[in-house]
Amino acid sequence: MADKIYRVNMSNLSFKIEEVPASWMGLGGRGLTSTIVAEEVDPECHPLGPNNKLVFAPGLLSGTSASNSGRNSCGAKSPLTGGIKESNVGGTSAAIMAKLGVKALIIEGLPKDAETFYQLHVTKDRVEFILVPELIGLDNYAVLEAMAAKYDKKVAVMSIGRIGEMRMNIANISVKDPGGKLRSHGRGGLGAVMGSKKIKCITVDAESYKEVTIENPDKFKEASKIFTKTLQENPISGQGLPAFGTNVLVNILNEAGGLPTHNFREGNWEHAEKICGETMAENIKARGGKTTHGCHAGCVIQCSQVYNDKDGNYLTSGFEYETIWALGAHLGIQDLDLIAKMDGLMDDLGVDSIETSVMLGLAVDAGILAYGDGARAYELLSHEIPTGTPLGRILGAGTHILGKAYGLVRVPTVKGQGIPAYEPRAVKGQGITYATTPMGADHTAGYAVATNILNSGGHIDPLKKEGQVELARNLQIASAAVDSTGMCIFVAFAALDDAKCLPSLIDMINARFGCALTIDDVMNLGKNILKKEHEFNIKAGFGKADDRLPEFMKYETLPPHNVTWDFTGEEIDAFWNF
Amino acid sequence: MRIVVKLFAHYREGRFKVQEGDFPLGTKAADIIASLELEKTSPLGVLMVNGKHVSPDYSLREADEIALFPKIGGG
Repeated sequence: MADKIYRVNMSNLSFKIEEVPASWMGLGGRGLTSTIVAEEVDPECHPLGPNNKLVFAPGLLSGTSASNSGRNSCGAKSPLTGGIKESNVGGTSAAIMAKLGVKALIIEGLPKDAETFYQLHVTKDRVEFILVPELIGLDNYAVLEAMAAKYDKKVAVMSIGRIGEMRMNIANISVKDPGGKLRSHGRGGLGAVMGSKKIKCITVDAESYKEVTIENPDKFKEASKIFTKTLQENPISGQGLPAFGTNVLVNILNEAGGLPTHNFREGNWEHAEKICGETMAENIKARGGKTTHGCHAGCVIQCSQVYNDKDGNYLTSGFEYETIWALGAHLGIQDLDLIAKMDGLMDDLGVDSIETSVMLGLAVDAGILAYGDGARAYELLSHEIPTGTPLGRILGAGTHILGKAYGLVRVPTVKGQGIPAYEPRAVKGQGITYATTPMGADHTAGYAVATNILNSGGHIDPLKKEGQVELARNLQIASAAVDSTGMCIFVAFAALDDAKCLPSLIDMINARFGCALTIDDVMNLGKNILKKEHEFNIKAGFGKADDRLPEFMKYETLPPHNVTWDFTGEEIDAFWNF
Repeated sequence: MRIVVKLFAHYREGRFKVQEGDFPLGTKAADIIASLELEKTSPLGVLMVNGKHVSPDYSLREADEIALFPKIGGG
């Protein structure tokens, strides 16, 4: 049973189920979303206008039994950055789409009636357009509840809340996870694109799918076994992440002087211990939560968790380092429970918890709240933004626009997107990724922290310039390839340190499709994706000056190591020499 | 000489978070790792002294702060 392209036109509420063009056959996930956006979207179009397209594509291995293969990619021209965007997510949508035979879902056009919102229901043979006036003004959990009442409980749901309806740049697209909680296509304002197309939610039928076909099941099984073993035996994916989650990073970044504090003024925070992964794990154990939890079926890493309050009531899951850093060291909230409550609220509202929290930290510089004022931060998040007050609209436009609206100079963004969790002056390889990735400041695009700070894949001194451009380039190429497989990016830790990991991943792809890819082929795929994305951005009006970090990082020295951002433009631009 | 030893993640289990102690002159980072039997818990991931990555043969000096992490990651 061949996979198909499902193409939806919101201008006339029609759909087509198309054969997959030969040139898209070997692509999945980010490789496919970025190819479709690059080929079909006018780079000069308005991201919220009729000529942008919203594309979903499960990874090449999604829907199979391969461990950690349940990531779904979403792509479009981003209203936050004005460039190409891919944001991938766990949850149940990737596997269900893949099993239904949906290689990509492409959504085009805009409905004429601006007052309506639709649900798209994708089944094997058709896409239904259902008017959902009853869902307008609801946030994500209420939408999940309404869909659970309507369909089999396994139905995949992708939805937006009020903030997505209002097309704010911080809006994400939320996806139901196996436990009925939410994961996010977080970055880049893709929820605003979905809102502009007047789509409140997309459901994908989970009752009539068939298992994906595997060309060579025996080889697949063999490779899958080796791959899973490399993840389980790696100390990071096998021990550290399940025990402490990604929040284990608070202390190590703090020790290294790379924990951006008080809007990137210092590299250490004296209260780090209050919000760190070790404290989080202690709280979880004492309160009857779960330290391990998978964001998608088949995850063997289980870096997510269930975090409860002191009375044992659920506060949040998928409680990530970058969000905790931003509300903690960056904005100054010392109360981990309040941070968890805000994280859970951001899931329900459907906002990027990185962009929103970086923006709230900048709001301190704007004089909107005091550093550490959690009560006011909660009020802004729970009231001003989701009710769309004028202040809420400015905040909801994201870090970059807040900075402009308040005449601020120290604005931590690249290509309009908020810089997450790793101080570029003290983790210089990560700074190169922030400057160069076509996504805007995105830590996952080329996670140089691994080699600068964590000693994964060797060690390159985070405080020196030597080797950083090459490191960021190699990691961005590899990440673009991994993002196309449907694999969680955390397989990279095993791939960096275990020679058996990457070959077994490629063997699985070959067994799934009956092809004979080599490591070089996969790296070339990564290069091609990056180049396509870069070219789209150039056509959209980006130039070398956009591949730069905020200027203040060049002239303000960062304690404790008293470092500046000291790369020349030419040195950064050499990134693209491949 | 006075040295501050900080432990993180799994290394804290059954040990401590932070402890200041007297160590003889010439003590190397590796000596502290060995005396605490850290690698019985998990292989050493990252070793920093005063916020900078060093190797286990680093010779400690008065008032140094040594931070020891098993292999950890995230992102």
